[in-house]
Amino acid sequence: MKSPLRMVSAALAYTTLAFGIVACSSNGDASIGNTADAASKTYVAPGKYDEFYNFVSGGFSGQLAVYGLPSGRLLRVIPVFSVDPEKAWGFSEETKPMLMTSHGFMPWDDFHHPELSMTDGVPNGKWIFGNANNTPRVARIDLTEFRTKEIIEIPNSSGNHSSPFTTENSEYVVAGTRFSIPIPNDDVPIADRDKFRGALSFIKVDKTTGQMELAFQLLVPGFDYDLAHAGKGPSHDWMFFSCYNSEKAGTMQEINASQNDKDFIAAVNWKKCEEYVAQGKAKEMAAMYAHNTFDDATQTARHTMKTSVKVLDASELSDIIYYMPTPKSPHGCDIDPSGEYIVGGGKLATVIPVMSYSKMIKAIGSKKFDKVIDNIPVLNYKECLAGEVQKPGLGPLHTEFDGNGYAYTSMFVSSEIVKWSLKDFSVVDRVPTYYSIGHLMIPGGDSKKPYGKYVVAYNKITKDRYLPTGPELTQSAQLFDISGDKMKLILDFPTIGEPHYAQAVPATLIKDKSKKIYPLAENKHPYSVKSEKETRVERKGNEVHVYGSAIRSHFKPDNIEGIRVGDKVYFHVTNLEQDWDVPHGFSIIGNNNSELLIMPGETLTITWEPKRPGIHPFYCTDFCSALHQEMTGYVRVSPSGSNGQLVWNK
Amino acid sequence: MSACLRVDRTDNSSGTSESIIMKSTSRFLAVVGTLLPLALFFLPMWRIDLGAPQYPPPGLGIRIHIDRVEGAEPNDLANINNLNHYIGMKRIEPDAIPELDIMPWVVGVMSALGVVVGLFGRRRLLVAWIVLMAIAGGIGLYDFYKWEYDYGHDLDPHAIIKIEGMNYQPPLIGTKVLLNFTATSLPDTGFYVMSVGVVLVAVSVYTSRPRKS
Repeated sequence: MKSPLRMVSAALAYTTLAFGIVACSSNGDASIGNTADAASKTYVAPGKYDEFYNFVSGGFSGQLAVYGLPSGRLLRVIPVFSVDPEKAWGFSEETKPMLMTSHGFMPWDDFHHPELSMTDGVPNGKWIFGNANNTPRVARIDLTEFRTKEIIEIPNSSGNHSSPFTTENSEYVVAGTRFSIPIPNDDVPIADRDKFRGALSFIKVDKTTGQMELAFQLLVPGFDYDLAHAGKGPSHDWMFFSCYNSEKAGTMQEINASQNDKDFIAAVNWKKCEEYVAQGKAKEMAAMYAHNTFDDATQTARHTMKTSVKVLDASELSDIIYYMPTPKSPHGCDIDPSGEYIVGGGKLATVIPVMSYSKMIKAIGSKKFDKVIDNIPVLNYKECLAGEVQKPGLGPLHTEFDGNGYAYTSMFVSSEIVKWSLKDFSVVDRVPTYYSIGHLMIPGGDSKKPYGKYVVAYNKITKDRYLPTGPELTQSAQLFDISGDKMKLILDFPTIGEPHYAQAVPATLIKDKSKKIYPLAENKHPYSVKSEKETRVERKGNEVHVYGSAIRSHFKPDNIEGIRVGDKVYFHVTNLEQDWDVPHGFSIIGNNNSELLIMPGETLTITWEPKRPGIHPFYCTDFCSALHQEMTGYVRVSPSGSNGQLVWNK
Repeated sequence: MSACLRVDRTDNSSGTSESIIMKSTSRFLAVVGTLLPLALFFLPMWRIDLGAPQYPPPGLGIRIHIDRVEGAEPNDLANINNLNHYIGMKRIEPDAIPELDIMPWVVGVMSALGVVVGLFGRRRLLVAWIVLMAIAGGIGLYDFYKWEYDYGHDLDPHAIIKIEGMNYQPPLIGTKVLLNFTATSLPDTGFYVMSVGVVLVAVSVYTSRPRKS
């Protein structure tokens, strides 16, 4: 089971899927149409670039994958929330602090949603944010380096799912809790589920540096806050969160959280929240959460623990949050490019409800509320409703927009994408996906100005679509051409992990800003060397620091003697290259640690605690040059207590 | 050029003022022409570009100025030096090239002399200036050739890659394949601007030639 969603709809999916497979084998991929046409649309000739960067969450891999569109070629996997021994992420001394949390070092997490930083509601190509669902965190990835630069933990939250959606100018990145808990967390009976609360966190983002800061949290009733999207244009000041389990079920949610006919989309006026914080209406609350930042100058991450957070309590403050009833455990919460329509993906609903921002404002003004939950007014469904898409299919989840007046909704249970008109909410086209689509994505499709052209389906199940690889199969993406009236399937491609949400932007927005090397002159790493002359080995008690260098095709030093069993050896290796695409690697026999992969001008450190005396070879793991095989060295390890002096060559 | 032609036309129509107009125009041309070599203080004189399978366009490049040798991109020279260690070539250390101290003086002095001569409008001296420039250019090219020969032949006997009979002398002008690298050596913008200057002086000399009436 790859997500609770699967459990929710397993029974429904079973019959539908069976039908879907039969339909597929009898019809083939009818939506492809002309194969040669599809091939020419996705063929990117050798040496040519893709038109779009597609950033796809790696789900339970914890990482972020970067593909090119329309080719579907995998360009890079950026390590974010899970360790990656290939890139020494979480193994090198420089990166270990990035994965620290209030629970200690966290080697894994579940990355669900990437979201690009924006200016005026349009991606600006600077950063991409990502959420960790399991141990709530938000990461910021720099798009000149395609590296994770910052991770902030979210206190008072668990199941950080409605995250990391950003406001129009990335003033804030949000993080809403999916599994409400006692706030502050406490040793209470689970039967007290009713008293649990949710926290909607607003992380402030510095416009120039991107540095994040948890500005405030809004404490709300203990529903399950599932997804979010910010308002645009007229609805700029608002952030919308879908939530299910208004039943506050703490057990067998599958049944118990599916009883109410309607749950909610919570509309939060973040501008008002900001005002309240400025007016001192927020309370300081003790909280322990990690804030890890990567310092570019020293090329080293720093882990700090924060001890308090500003909290606004929705049960005590008015005018900042309203509930809009939304049918049947809504999942997706998507805002059209104009900022007027709020589309709820009621995953068990038989319609797609489209709420109107202007009607919502009117309903708030008229103060005719259906009821009030813990001081939060519940608006009237009909009063807010712009329209319902009738008979869209089964299991509507997420909606993206093409900027030409159409919306595209993923249907998990009936395994299809449904295209419908924002004018009259009528279905105009539908196309099957193989199988059970979760998220879908149109380049810029959640922004003010979608680029259109394609919609990509991110599927949970592949069954018979690819060559079998044992019980564990790949998950996949499917690319559809949406430039015409009818959606046309033009490509399938496998993905890493489980793809959830994704983002895509024209390559031109990012590619020319891509860094090629780290200038050695700017390397302020305390253990760096700027030339081979500076290489050396120093002992501090049982700690040995090797100030090493790597350049085609040798290490300096490459012979070290005087290391003893019981020593902790720090290999600080600087790649002295200043040439594009010339990384060097480093590994030593028997090290219970990862390799290093060092980019030009970078310094990385791996520790090694030799266990037995003898000669220990090390070598470069990246085929760097014609003499790469010669790029090796030896370390002599003597028994503990030997008194041989450190000797090394230059 | 068009200015000269116009001047010629005035020549034919007017009687007394012709020599003065001619002279001042020619002088102006000569002064501009002799000043143009100063562009070498800003623009590179010569370029060597290196391409290889691993170095797709623009590849690596060296730009030779009158006072310095540098990479086309900030790290190119260091990268070329690093690659050259495989074949045992000496490092290109601009500080160790004395010509880079001499050339600015040569260019500066030649330009100054040219300007003075141009202002006085001494035709013969301008001819001498052109000849001197040609000689200086010839010496420069010969020196450059020697320099290339030295780097291409004086190789470390312990070099990693040793190929019997192979040298790595880049072409003086043109393209040559050196193992996986294709080296192209050509004049660069500064050289062209200087050449235009010499041509201008030549034009000035030509248009002010004595004619029989």
